[in-house]
Amino acid sequence: MFMGYSLGDLGSILAMQGFAGLVLFSVFVLMALGLAIIFGQMGVINMAHGEFMILGAYVTFLCSRLFAAYLPGAFALYFFLAIILAFCASGLLGMAVEWALIRHLYKRPLDTLLATWGLSLILQQVYRSIFGAREVGVELPGWMMGSTHLTEQIEIPINGLIVMVLTTLITLAVYLLIFRAGWGRQVRAVTQNRAMASAVGIDTERVDRLTYGLGCGIAGIAGSAFTMIGSTSPTAGQLYIVDTFLVVVFGGAQSLIGTIASAFTISQARSTMEFFLSGSMAQVLVLLSVVGILMLRPQGLFVLKVRR
Amino acid sequence: MALDRIDPPPSSALRRRLLQGMAALPAAALVPPLLPHAARAAGPATAAVNATGLAVTDDAVTVGILHSITGTMAISETGSVEAEKLAISQINAEGGVLGRKINFIQEDGASDWPTFAEKAKKLLVKDKCAAVFGCWTSASRKAVLPVFEQYNGMLYYPTFYEGLEQSKNVIYTGQEATQQIIAGLDWVTKEKGAKTFYLLGSDYIWPRTSNKIARKHIENHMKGTRVVGEDYFPLGHTQFNSVINKMKLVKPDVIYAIIVGGSNVAFYKQLKAAGVDLSKQTLMTISVTEDEILGIGGENIAGAYACMKYFQSLQNPNNAKFVPAFKAMWGEKSVIGDVTQAAYLGPWLWKLTAEKAQSFDIDKIAAASPGVEFKGAPEGYVRIHPNHHLWSKTRVGRARTDGQYDVIYETADLMEPNPFPVGYQ
Repeated sequence: MFMGYSLGDLGSILAMQGFAGLVLFSVFVLMALGLAIIFGQMGVINMAHGEFMILGAYVTFLCSRLFAAYLPGAFALYFFLAIILAFCASGLLGMAVEWALIRHLYKRPLDTLLATWGLSLILQQVYRSIFGAREVGVELPGWMMGSTHLTEQIEIPINGLIVMVLTTLITLAVYLLIFRAGWGRQVRAVTQNRAMASAVGIDTERVDRLTYGLGCGIAGIAGSAFTMIGSTSPTAGQLYIVDTFLVVVFGGAQSLIGTIASAFTISQARSTMEFFLSGSMAQVLVLLSVVGILMLRPQGLFVLKVRR
Repeated sequence: MALDRIDPPPSSALRRRLLQGMAALPAAALVPPLLPHAARAAGPATAAVNATGLAVTDDAVTVGILHSITGTMAISETGSVEAEKLAISQINAEGGVLGRKINFIQEDGASDWPTFAEKAKKLLVKDKCAAVFGCWTSASRKAVLPVFEQYNGMLYYPTFYEGLEQSKNVIYTGQEATQQIIAGLDWVTKEKGAKTFYLLGSDYIWPRTSNKIARKHIENHMKGTRVVGEDYFPLGHTQFNSVINKMKLVKPDVIYAIIVGGSNVAFYKQLKAAGVDLSKQTLMTISVTEDEILGIGGENIAGAYACMKYFQSLQNPNNAKFVPAFKAMWGEKSVIGDVTQAAYLGPWLWKLTAEKAQSFDIDKIAAASPGVEFKGAPEGYVRIHPNHHLWSKTRVGRARTDGQYDVIYETADLMEPNPFPVGYQ
C-alpha cells in the first residue's frame, strides 16, 4: 500500500499515526483509570462506569448551555469549570451509590456486577427522561476544535493534545494520592488486608466510600473530555464499557501500573492494525490476542500479592 | 369516491363553527351531535369495507404504531413516531378514512428485535390492526416480516434501506439503496469531477450492501472512476484517527461515508479535529439526516454532501405546510429528517389506498397499492410501484452550520425503485 508515495508523505503520515496511537492510549487510560481504582482497589465490578462517564458529559453539556446563555464572554474557558463540576457530580453520585447499594455487597463481588448493571439501566432511563432519547450536541469553544500545523503536512488535532495533557495530569494526581499521600496508604492497606487495616484503626467504610467516589469522579472527567471526540446520549456509556474492562482486566486488576501498560499495548496494537487492516478486523485481532494472552496469564500483565 | 374526498373539509369547518356556536349558545346543543354522524355516514357500510374481522367499526378504524421509544434506537425512531401521529391527526381532522376516524395503539419495540416480533403479533392478532406503521432498523423489519406474512398484516416501513426484499405485506416508504446511491454518485462525478472514492461504513448489512452497490456503480457503470479504499467499523466505534490518517495518505476525491449512530458524532468531530476541511475535501454521506446533525453539531459537518430524497429545507408548497404543522405539534426546536418525512407518508398512503380499494381488507389494500399517488407529500409527488416501494426523486443537500441542508440538486424524474438490482449484486 505504500507504492507511489513520496518519503515525505510517508514520514508525516507515520508521525500523525504515532500521535493517533498516543491519543488512543490517553483515551484508554482516562476511561480505565476510574474503573481500575474501583475494580482493583475494592474488587467491585462496576458495570455502571459508562453511565458515570456520561453524567460527566451531560454536566459539560449543561455548562456549555449555561455559559452560552449567561456568560458568553467566558465561553472559551467554560470547559475547565465543566471538568471540575463533572468530577464533583459523578463523585458525589458515586459516594451516594456506594452508601446506598455497594457497601451492602462487599462480601458478594459477583452481586455487585448485577447491582451495578441494574444501576446502569436506571441511570440510562433517567438520562433519557431528563435530556431526551436523542443525542445532544455539546458545543465546544472554537479553539478546542481544529488542528495545529507542525509542518506542511503534519497536523496535530488539538482535542487530542487536550486529552493527552488531561490524562497525564490526572494520572499524576492519582499516583500522588495513592502512592505518596497518607490517605493512599490507607487505601492500599484496605486492599491488601481489610481486617488488619480495620484493626489498626483505619476507618475502612470511609476509605471505601471515598475510593468509590474518586473512581466515579475520574469517570466523570473522562466523560467530560470525551465530548470532544464522541457522542453524548443516554446509551453512549455502553460504547466505552467493553474497552474499559478489556484494559483493566488485561493489565491485571490490582495494578494501576498494569492498567497503564495494558492501555499502551492495546491502543498501539489497535491503532497500527486499523491503519493496515479494516476497523472491524483490527478489533477482532486485538480481542483474539487479548484472549490468548489471558489464557496463558490469567492474572493479567501485572499482579500484586493480595490477601483477602 | 370523489364525493368522499370533497365532503369532509366543509363538515369539519362546519363542526368547528358549530362548536363555537355551542359555546355561545347553549340552545344549539341539540343539533351538533347529529351532524358529524351525518357526515360520517357518507362512508360505506362496515360489512363492505371489512370482510376479514379487522378492528373496524361504523365510525372508527384501529391502526398500530410500532417503534422503539426506549433503548438505543429511541434516538432515531422518535421522529418517526411523531410524524405518524401528526399524519393520523391530520387525516382525522379531514374526516378520517372511508368516513371512519383513525384510532392508534402504540407499542414499544424497545430496540430489541424479538420484542418487535412479539408486539407485531399482538397488534395483528389481539388488536386486529388494519395497518401498522413502524420499524426502523432492517433487523427489526426482518424480525416482524414473518409475523406480518403469517397473520396477513400490512406494514408501512419508513427507513431508507439496503433493498433485496419485497413483500405483499410491506409498503416501503423510504428509498431502497439504488435509488439513494446511484444518482448521488453520478452527480458527484459530473459536478466535482471525482475520480477516486474511499468507502466507509459501520459494519452491518445496510452499509455493506450499500457500499457494494456503490462499488459496482463506480467500477462498472461510470467511466474512469475507481475505489481506492474501503473500511468498516463495529457499531459504536469511537476512534477514527487511524482511518483519517489513511485517507490523508491516499487522498481520495470523495469520502463516501455510511457510518451510523453514535459513531457518526465521533467520526465528524475527529475529522474536523484532524484538519480535514469539508469545504475542500468532498464528503458524501447517505446516513446523516438533520436528526443526526443535532448530535454531531452543525459546525462539525458543515460542507458535507448528503444524498437522500427529503430535506427539511426543501422548497415546495406541501413542505411549506408540513414543517410548520410538525413544529406546532412537536415543538419549535424539532427537526425533520428524511426518515421522519417517509414515516409521515405511511398513514396518508394507506388512507389513499383504502379509498381506492373501498376496503380495509389487507388483500385488497395490497392489490390496490400499486399506482396509488400522493400529491401532498412534503417531498413532492410520490407513487407506489408494483414492487411496493415508492417512485421518488433523489436529492443532494449540502450541510450548513445551523444543522440544515441546502438542497443543491434533484433528479429531473422520479427514480424507479429497484430492490433487486441486476448487475449490482
